[in-house]
Amino acid sequence: MGSRNRKGWRRVINGVNISAFFVTLFIALPLYWLIISSFKTPVALGDSPPQYFPSQFSGANYSQAFVQYDFGIYFRNSLVVTLISTALVLVVGTLAGYALGRLPMRGKFTLMVTLLMISVFPEIALIAPLYLLERQFGLLNSYEALIIPYTAFNLPFAIWILRNYMLGIPKEMEETGRIDGAGPLRTVWSIILPMALPGVFTAGIFCFTACWTEFLMALTFESVNSWRTIPVGIAEFGTPLEVPYGTIFAASVVAVVPIGILVFIFRKFVISGLTSGAVKG
Amino acid sequence: MATVDLQEVNKVYPNGFHAVKDFSLNISEGEFMVLVGPSGCGKTTALRMVAGLEDITSGVLRIAGKVVNDETPKERDIAMVFQNYALYPHMTVAENIGFALKLRKMPKANITSKVKETAEILGLTEWLDRKPGQLSGGQRQRVAMGRAIVREPSVFLMDEPLSNLDAKLRVQMRAEVQRIQRRINVATLYVTHDQIEAMTMGDRVAVMRSGVLQQVDHPQVLYDHPNNLFVAAFIGSPSMNLYEASMSDDAAAVRLGSQELALPAADRDTHPGLARFGGKKIILGVRPEHLPAANGNAAAEAADSTLVGNVDLVEALGSELMVHFTIDAHTVVAEGAASDDADSTARAGEGVARVEPSVKVKVGDRITFAVNTAGLQFFDPETELAIWD
Repeated sequence: MGSRNRKGWRRVINGVNISAFFVTLFIALPLYWLIISSFKTPVALGDSPPQYFPSQFSGANYSQAFVQYDFGIYFRNSLVVTLISTALVLVVGTLAGYALGRLPMRGKFTLMVTLLMISVFPEIALIAPLYLLERQFGLLNSYEALIIPYTAFNLPFAIWILRNYMLGIPKEMEETGRIDGAGPLRTVWSIILPMALPGVFTAGIFCFTACWTEFLMALTFESVNSWRTIPVGIAEFGTPLEVPYGTIFAASVVAVVPIGILVFIFRKFVISGLTSGAVKG
Repeated sequence: MATVDLQEVNKVYPNGFHAVKDFSLNISEGEFMVLVGPSGCGKTTALRMVAGLEDITSGVLRIAGKVVNDETPKERDIAMVFQNYALYPHMTVAENIGFALKLRKMPKANITSKVKETAEILGLTEWLDRKPGQLSGGQRQRVAMGRAIVREPSVFLMDEPLSNLDAKLRVQMRAEVQRIQRRINVATLYVTHDQIEAMTMGDRVAVMRSGVLQQVDHPQVLYDHPNNLFVAAFIGSPSMNLYEASMSDDAAAVRLGSQELALPAADRDTHPGLARFGGKKIILGVRPEHLPAANGNAAAEAADSTLVGNVDLVEALGSELMVHFTIDAHTVVAEGAASDDADSTARAGEGVARVEPSVKVKVGDRITFAVNTAGLQFFDPETELAIWD
């Protein structure tokens, strides 16, 4: 009752909106700081008090990242490793999630618990044995050096997300498919997958972000500059005597862009329930 | 066009639950067969076995004369409409209807024309480009029907297809489903828990309880000649009044509490078996419409076959009055027969009568019914079977 009779301004300025404003500010401020700093000159960066809105914009940091350092190579490496890992995770994760969520099979529970345990296992504990393993197989300094462990580390979580999503799809959807004459693969591809798309996108974004920002394995397994990915590449910017903050900021901004685009494009899939209208309700 | 023939079909689940027991049923070409029973009676399991979604534990299922026990749903050439429609949410109405044809690798142009034709039958032409999420419940229901009929299946299966619709739409769709079934003229098995749907839609109705088929016949036969207490109580709304009673020693009258109801010779002839129950307990069934009020009609009140009760409640439906009354006899409740809309709080001696609206009757009155004895049903309290010969 009360909220409906409120005057216009009370609808805009209320507890929820004010809290939301501060939360957004809290999250967005570092990003804002990163972006404006990337356009500052080295001198302006050291200003005290700092400039909250730079008086002049300079693209020097960006060109430096790409010219003086090999940021282009790092970007390409990251993109290749991340895209292939994510694709593998989604293909395997979807099939595994479907099997675990929908098909009758033994030992499902044990498998799911094992997956959960693996997904919370600390990465750092496995670095040393993985390094030895990769050296043994001659995988160090290659795309596979990261693609294989990234796929393995991200699969359990993806399988959990996808399995839970598949569980929510009514079983009649598959039965209708069977009656219509669709085989198992056709059912997954034409019926289940489209209905599970929000789950696939969610898992995909998580996996993409995890691979894109992974540091420890990238640092350990890719010791040659030409194989480095963005997080390690940026960390190695500069010399022991000089830290080029502006260039680091610029490179970080470029690194954030793909994730931003990804989330922006797929936000509606992730948020909306695509299953609406399938069954009653 | 095909027939469906189930012979002593059983379904036992791995956990030992025997869902369907020795189920035998024959559906002839173009016949609309309704399988009805309370929830959990195994009717959906039976349907799913015909569809091929559930394995048959034992018994034989023939479609068009061919044993199909081990065939996939696809090979059985059936179409099914699910309770929740199960439309593909990411496909348009046209794609939903045409999906099965696409899987059969039918040329695109043919699919388009078949989909159009089907949409016309169902009045869906203007919705073909919509997604299911943008349709109303009735429209979704029609899409589900369309998806089934477009394939020209040899058997049409429906699992409570109307139960998600609101009451008014359900009545409308009842007629529509029948119209469509007549038009495509395919053997149909329709599962419902709603006995009104069963009575109004079925060419024949199969009544099921606890996995066992009770009776299969034309709706009117089920109504007039129920095999047993369960069918008697399940079919009809309001349901049949059932009382514990006993026969007089010469089996010429029924004692109902403190009252005695004379049975004319003609009625005794149609139930010769009653002679064996002289002096024994029986269960008496009276349909509400066989209890016309005799109030104010001296001749009727003085007749031998009257029943006097106390009025508890009067429901005026306009065309008739539902008079709820009490007599001093025990009411019998057939196990599992209380349908959703039935009065499940029946008290001892309660009953319902369908009375002419002109009869003046109010709560607290004593009412005399001139019982239509030809409509009486008698059951053996031990076997619960109807007593005929």
